Amino acid sequence: MKAAPFEYVRAKTVAEASVLLGRKGVTTAAIAGGQSLVPMLGLRVALIDLLVDISRLEDLKVVTRTPDSVWLGALTTHAAIEDGLTPDAFGGLMRRIASQISYRAVRNRGTIGGSVALADPAADWPCCLIALDASVRIVGRNGVRVERVADFIQGQYETTLATGDIIMGFDIPAPAGRLRWGFAKVTRKSGAFAHSMAIATMRGKDGPAAVVLGAAGPHPRRLEATTGMLGLGESSEEQLRPAIAADLESHFADQDAYQKRMHTATILRAVREMRTQ
Amino acid sequence: MTAVTIELNGVKISDDVEPRQTLADFVRDRCGLTATHLGCEHGACGACTVVLDGEATRSCLSLAVMCDGRSVLTLEGLRTDPVMDVLRRHFHESHALQCGFCTPGMLMMARDILQRLPCPEDMTVRHELSGQICRCTGYANIVKAIVAAGQELGGRNLVDRAPADPADAAAFDSEGM
Repeated sequence: MKAAPFEYVRAKTVAEASVLLGRKGVTTAAIAGGQSLVPMLGLRVALIDLLVDISRLEDLKVVTRTPDSVWLGALTTHAAIEDGLTPDAFGGLMRRIASQISYRAVRNRGTIGGSVALADPAADWPCCLIALDASVRIVGRNGVRVERVADFIQGQYETTLATGDIIMGFDIPAPAGRLRWGFAKVTRKSGAFAHSMAIATMRGKDGPAAVVLGAAGPHPRRLEATTGMLGLGESSEEQLRPAIAADLESHFADQDAYQKRMHTATILRAVREMRTQ
Repeated sequence: MTAVTIELNGVKISDDVEPRQTLADFVRDRCGLTATHLGCEHGACGACTVVLDGEATRSCLSLAVMCDGRSVLTLEGLRTDPVMDVLRRHFHESHALQCGFCTPGMLMMARDILQRLPCPEDMTVRHELSGQICRCTGYANIVKAIVAAGQELGGRNLVDRAPADPADAAAFDSEGM
């Protein structure tokens, strides 16, 4: 489990990192926590010429709260969110999500920006940030752009990141009023990547709702039919099941019968938990 | 090769490392400290757990070159640590090891747990320890030892992880978020 040789540069500024990552004729990668990249280099499924260390860029560590949103810099670790060291306008949803990612020693180093940049279909943050309708701010050679996380993640390990692009952080709109939420996931052992993951949210008693399913296809998806059903007051689980089935059919048709039953169970669990809040 | 200076168990070590060298290999091969064990070398087993700048870290998932200027603690550096002292005794009394390969990682993680959580219960320890694998499957006694050590310490050993700006955190707490 030894990586093939590569060059290493510790970037001092975001601009320097962007230029280094965009170097022509060489394969480059940015490293922050390295909790996915280092094993990929060791297993030699990722082969690079140049590793650009962005882990000490202060601009990516900014964490702040405005009246209508929370900004989390890309280098925010899972453990910092788990421990409540970052502002929480989401009724504890992000703390709960963070506490179940991998293991503590990994959460101490792994970052939210790295997780979203890798875009593993079973990763927790893409699912959560899509449920919270967050945006991602990216700086690249052509300047800065802002995209909804839902649009940024395009497929399995596929994002809109181009050579030289760096995620600065995430702008997460703070819900007006209390956010009720439920989260359920199925893993073979605690800390492992999920086989199914669902998040249900609703603002207050009957505000806008969102249901997102992850670990089911190339990337997490909002379930529109199920979300619509949640908006209709206390719809029963019998009423929700056909809506879930319709959503699974339209977005995750290639999942087998077992997987569909599992996804239905995680979605219903998330909705149930949300309704207890 | 890249020049690094890493404070290892309180001693500054300067050397040239290959960028691809992991912190685990640096500690074991360059520094001869072999308490840090390598089981899986891809972050699954936890045997290589060290403390990097105060935080439990998998040394097989950290590159030595990225630890330049940082401080690393391995099991060797905790001979006189008060928490490790209590843990070592309870591991002995509860017979919390069989072959011993996972033990350094178990001890490092156990210390981290007891620094974050006061008097953790059996189920809490099991959850917190789920990233450490014992292939002898001797978990029952390991959990027993950590619970007993936690009881004896009674939460006196907790380490605060203060927010970057404590005033900020207080403001958020008072807003009830």
